[in-house]
Amino acid sequence: MSEPLFTPDEQKTFDAGIAELLSHYPPDRKSAAMLPALRLLQSLKGWLPPEGMQQVATKLETTVARAYEVASFYVMYHTQKPGKYVIDVCTNLSCALRGAEGLLTYLEQKLDTKAGTNGPKYFLRETECLASCGTAPCLQINEDHHENLTRAKVDALLEKLS
Amino acid sequence: MTILTEKVMTRDWARPGQNTLAVYKQHGGYAQAKKALELAPAAITDEVKKSNLRGRGGAGFPTGMKWSFVPSLEKNTKPRYLAINADESEPGTAKDRFILENDPHLLLEGIAIACYALGAHTCYIYSRGEFKYPSAVLDKAIAEAYADGIFGKKLMGKDFELNVYQVRGAGAYICGEETALLESLEGKKGWPRLKPPFPAVVGLFGCPTVVNNVETIASIPRIFEKGAAWFSGLGEAKSGGTRLVTLSGSVNRPGTYEVGMNTSIRELIYDKEYGQGLPEGRSIKAVIPGGSSAPVLTADEIDVKLEFDAFKPLQSMAGSGGIIVMDDQSCVVRSLWRVARFYAEESCGQGTPCREGQPWMARLIRKIEEGRGEMADLDNLVNVAQAIAPWPPIGLGNTICALGDAGALPVQSFVQKFRKDFEEHLRLHRCPLGNAPWGHFGEFK
Repeated sequence: MSEPLFTPDEQKTFDAGIAELLSHYPPDRKSAAMLPALRLLQSLKGWLPPEGMQQVATKLETTVARAYEVASFYVMYHTQKPGKYVIDVCTNLSCALRGAEGLLTYLEQKLDTKAGTNGPKYFLRETECLASCGTAPCLQINEDHHENLTRAKVDALLEKLS
Repeated sequence: MTILTEKVMTRDWARPGQNTLAVYKQHGGYAQAKKALELAPAAITDEVKKSNLRGRGGAGFPTGMKWSFVPSLEKNTKPRYLAINADESEPGTAKDRFILENDPHLLLEGIAIACYALGAHTCYIYSRGEFKYPSAVLDKAIAEAYADGIFGKKLMGKDFELNVYQVRGAGAYICGEETALLESLEGKKGWPRLKPPFPAVVGLFGCPTVVNNVETIASIPRIFEKGAAWFSGLGEAKSGGTRLVTLSGSVNRPGTYEVGMNTSIRELIYDKEYGQGLPEGRSIKAVIPGGSSAPVLTADEIDVKLEFDAFKPLQSMAGSGGIIVMDDQSCVVRSLWRVARFYAEESCGQGTPCREGQPWMARLIRKIEEGRGEMADLDNLVNVAQAIAPWPPIGLGNTICALGDAGALPVQSFVQKFRKDFEEHLRLHRCPLGNAPWGHFGEFK
């Protein structure tokens, strides 16, 4: 048997977090906590490893298949381990009218990657509207939002990524 | 006067600390809930009906009427729920996030009033997964409200338990559709339900449920501040209050603004208080008036007021208040492709016309835009759209939910109103604008 999924501290956080989540729902509706439970797992491990999915399913008294059905439906869940920095660039209409296509090309060049390719350091993706239309163009790095982007701003953001 | 002189929803946004309970209460916060909770639940719903408040999520449905569809406790003894739709994701729309960031207690005060009126002891706020910062602000506000005895066993001291939880989505536009939102709250993938039954009767966990948008519920305290007649009078015709709109695209000053229902799209684009027009020498090519699913308008059609019913003669809709402006140097075919690609990506895969039709339309538009198309593709494009949801009028969709319509309407309206642009792509076998299809602000600098 390989190493356990969680460190003892992580296991404690996970168990307490799930217990808290379950208290938000009717007792016979444990599986309702699926979305927040997956988010909790991902916040601890950076993605949704199979052993973790098993633990979520057990706690929520449902099947692993159900857990994967949900995990694979929503784009923010990573069923494969993503690069250290997940960079989501909005290329929808409001952003495109403010330079988003150029922004994406600029990032592809600077990071030497192609949008949609998961690498060890960067996972650059095109994403859909981030509700930042009046402050376009925008992107998110590991869910942190950045808007009104320019080349200078992007350069400064990328410099911080070690 | 069609430029709003008195801000209603956004008046406190600039105040430092407004998103904390202390400052919110200092300036009269929760006084309206205290007042409303002295009324009988039915009287609260009556006030909301009289206010002419209409749903700000896109449909513009009268809020008080929606509440009144919940059956009485005598008829249905199941628990009832309020679900707040904070899954703001219709392209062009960025308003609810600012309520969460700047004035979260306004929403929570509205929730207190609404839940009391509905007899709901649990409220779930379903927020967009991508809203990291707005969600953190909201979580803090909820914790403050519990610590202060506003929520919990006794709602503001009343013998009425109210629990409020935030649930974060995980990146699925479809979960803004109210029955998909309920499925997601139940811990499932967001597949919309067949209606009827409607959520007011069979909603979350099979119980009566009202689903309301953030801006809608944040409007409730204002109704009780100066009365339903005042709130209704702020608006126009059957649309009470003011609205938050997001102006984006080829304008000098994009942003989120509070406008009167009688403000026109032209005023929004050109007034110095709002968009400040287009750059010198540029003119309007097209305007999407209510989020990307709303049928597009030409430059001649923008004198329409932002009131919900005003769009009917144009066969379009006020929707979620996302106004996207395309200037005369932006390509409408390329613009439509971006929109079509979105609906293709976000189709949940349940209904066949939508699952198959949206990607098909996106491919056809791309083909035309890149100069590989022929006339038959254009006819085919319109036929696919008509098969998903015939237009006009709006609302004839053949799919389980309105996402089918949402993807078809832009295609039909763009082709109808800008057919020449599509045909020019077919004739030239390329985009007439070459490598710069995004107008004045389209270059990344």
